[in-house]
Amino acid sequence: MGKFEGYRGTFRCVDNRWLGTDEAKELHEVEGVELHNVHEHDAVIVGAGLAGMYAALEIKKAGFDVAVLTKVFPTRSHSGAAQGGIAAALANLEEDHIEWHFYDTVKGSDFLGDQDAIELMVREAPLVIFEYEHMGVPFSRTPEGKIMQRYFGGHVKDFGRGKPVLRACMAADRTGHVLLHTLWEQCVKYGVRFYSEYFALSLIIEGDVCLGVVAWDLINGGIHVFHAKATCFATGGYGRAFKITTNSHANTADGVAMVLEAGLPLEDMEFVQFHPTGIAKQGILISEAARGEGGYLINDKGERFMEKYAPDKMELAPRDIISRSIWTEFVEGRGIGGERCVHLDLRHLGAEKIKERLPQIRELAMKFAGVDPIDEPIPIQPTGHYSMGGIPTDINCRVLADGKSKWLRGMWAAGECACVSVHGANRLGTNSLLDASVHGKRAGKDIVEYLSVVECFEPLPMDCAKRAVDKVNWVLNADGPERPSELREILQDNMYELCGVFRNEEDLTKMYDIIKDLQKRYQNIHIEDKSKVFNTHLMEALELGHLLEVAEVIVAGALNRTECRGAHWRTDCPGRDDENWLKHTLAWKTEEGIKFDYKPVVITRFVPEVRKY
Amino acid sequence: MAEYIFRIFRYDPEKDEGTKGRVQEYKIEVEKGWTVLDALNYIKWHVDGSLSYRRACRHGICGSCGMTINGKNTIACEQQVADLGTQVITVEPLRGFRVIKDLIVDMEPFYDKLYAIKPYLITYTPPPTDKERLQSPEDRKLLDGKYECILCACCTSSCPTYWADKEFLGPNALMKAARFVLDSRDEGWEERVNAIDDKHGVWRCHTIFNCVEACPKELNATRAIVELRRLMLKGRL
Repeated sequence: MGKFEGYRGTFRCVDNRWLGTDEAKELHEVEGVELHNVHEHDAVIVGAGLAGMYAALEIKKAGFDVAVLTKVFPTRSHSGAAQGGIAAALANLEEDHIEWHFYDTVKGSDFLGDQDAIELMVREAPLVIFEYEHMGVPFSRTPEGKIMQRYFGGHVKDFGRGKPVLRACMAADRTGHVLLHTLWEQCVKYGVRFYSEYFALSLIIEGDVCLGVVAWDLINGGIHVFHAKATCFATGGYGRAFKITTNSHANTADGVAMVLEAGLPLEDMEFVQFHPTGIAKQGILISEAARGEGGYLINDKGERFMEKYAPDKMELAPRDIISRSIWTEFVEGRGIGGERCVHLDLRHLGAEKIKERLPQIRELAMKFAGVDPIDEPIPIQPTGHYSMGGIPTDINCRVLADGKSKWLRGMWAAGECACVSVHGANRLGTNSLLDASVHGKRAGKDIVEYLSVVECFEPLPMDCAKRAVDKVNWVLNADGPERPSELREILQDNMYELCGVFRNEEDLTKMYDIIKDLQKRYQNIHIEDKSKVFNTHLMEALELGHLLEVAEVIVAGALNRTECRGAHWRTDCPGRDDENWLKHTLAWKTEEGIKFDYKPVVITRFVPEVRKY
Repeated sequence: MAEYIFRIFRYDPEKDEGTKGRVQEYKIEVEKGWTVLDALNYIKWHVDGSLSYRRACRHGICGSCGMTINGKNTIACEQQVADLGTQVITVEPLRGFRVIKDLIVDMEPFYDKLYAIKPYLITYTPPPTDKERLQSPEDRKLLDGKYECILCACCTSSCPTYWADKEFLGPNALMKAARFVLDSRDEGWEERVNAIDDKHGVWRCHTIFNCVEACPKELNATRAIVELRRLMLKGRL
């Protein structure tokens, strides 16, 4: 409890005893915002996926007042689209150890993950899984009634030396869906306050303290101010920067863009994971569980081509390696029919196994690719999936104002939007649900400790909503010639082509220029819906603004990092360069462009070695 | 590529208040493999940016885009345009709910029904520390066909009984109740039964089966309701 002592004294204390007085009025008066739209909560969470709801639940259970702001109703969050599993070394079916999970995650990260954070995550993994089970998650079960586990890429026995290990805790192939729904159910049970369909627009930072967030009420229209002692971002990723993506339409970099706009750094943004098996042309996720259950990848010549690239682990190599292998098959003309597509073949698994263990995969293949995987292989291609980088935090999920050690007091981040960093340069499958859950919980716990000490709110600056009000008014009144959707399509098409699985200086430079041009054109947009009520055109235009800001950091980071590591692969800079690049990138947006700094990787146990599967 | 006419319900509360809304026609070229959501996106992004609808995951797991297409409730992201078999396609908001704008309806009454059945696992026996509770694969199987629900509201919105009685819990909430009642770990029967065993609960269902036909996840809410009734009768005997 002692760690927050000393903070209380620095606050000008204004609490409920002041209600009705002039001080209180002053406290709540915000320019451009109606008084009843200024809300006060001990903690405000932005985002209602696994990280956000786990944090909220911890805080609510401890007796504090917590509100969750979310752009979509909580069960629509994209955590629900995760399919295959959540990693934990439970050893329910065979020998497994937390240390093996630790090593696999470090190796999977291409040694860029911070080992103190990874160790904490894998140690807490079993506890989080058991807690989920106690909450009511309908996990699949082993014959003895324990939680069922399956194989997943990169998770192996004996510090990388052994065979794949059954580590992914699963509920058929709907694991994300059941975790998300169960967390929401628990939030309902404990009475967590949700502000659904509120679109967060800007942070409130005064001096070196975060005081909350400003948001737009999508349903009714109108700016709302959320004044909080603790603010936690759990805003997810930004797969919508890419044309082919597994991500929801809602994954548009809103949280990271707000952090960037507030003058704070982002970490390791050049590392974007491409999932090897998205449905061809659409990018819709076909879970790695399909390969975990024994699926093959086949090229136009009928070869199981992974034997050339990862002879030992084959289809269960990590995602970065498989995506590059598939792309190499495309480039060398062995895509199916010469197209950008290879086959994921499940037929040998048999109808029964497919129906029982991969029911959603079958449904998706039938509905979106027009094939029944019992009878035909699924056409797939690599698809933008996950951002390893994000808002720099320490192991307690506190946001680092300088990216290194200085906490931005009052602010936390967890889940895909954050960079602790547990995934380094490449995330292993099933570690994302784990990261979101463990760090959501950790953030919640840390916030509880903070709230136990910090009793008072800081006064809100009168002009704290200005940025958000200006932003919305600007878009509503914009009447230039450009259509936001057209600019977004240009961004997405080119990001997939020029900043994708393989990268080089020429392509990245071209992409950077395209983004600069799009940012200029964005100043001349118009929207066709000028109304206040549920204005989705306004929302899409604001989202595009966020994507354009964040894409610039991704591309600048990719240009800057002249090596190959994990998901970042520069064909013009062969090999991993530990001497110069075994370090995290920190990136700020400045008037002169993106400014970089670095920080060392935390190495506690496993010394970097050649990464082979 | 084939040409289709989309006749889409429009309602802008700032312009159309007091009216029943209007229908707007869009004639567009549809590419092979497009779903109705793809077509709506095309219209919004290239023809008319003011068209309003909810969408998120676009592959049938988030449940955002429930709507009525050619008279049938489904999620737009999973409905292939070509499979509809008509050149003119009508798209309307889900019935039984207040329209907020265009295809967006007020889902609060739908969620309220869920809250009423206490949609969470209720237990009194403390779970084992640092271990999962055990559940046999057979017991777990009882939840199949219920736990997959995505809360798209296609079922409740298709239910004539719900149209007539807005206090009826509806197929969705009742199926969710069954998902917990049938869970071997749940001990919440006493707490839940009052809401379910009510004239607006299981007994209001007239087994019309619209909900079964409407469910994009092919879940059978009517069967879940019948299972609940059977348990209730057993309890009374």
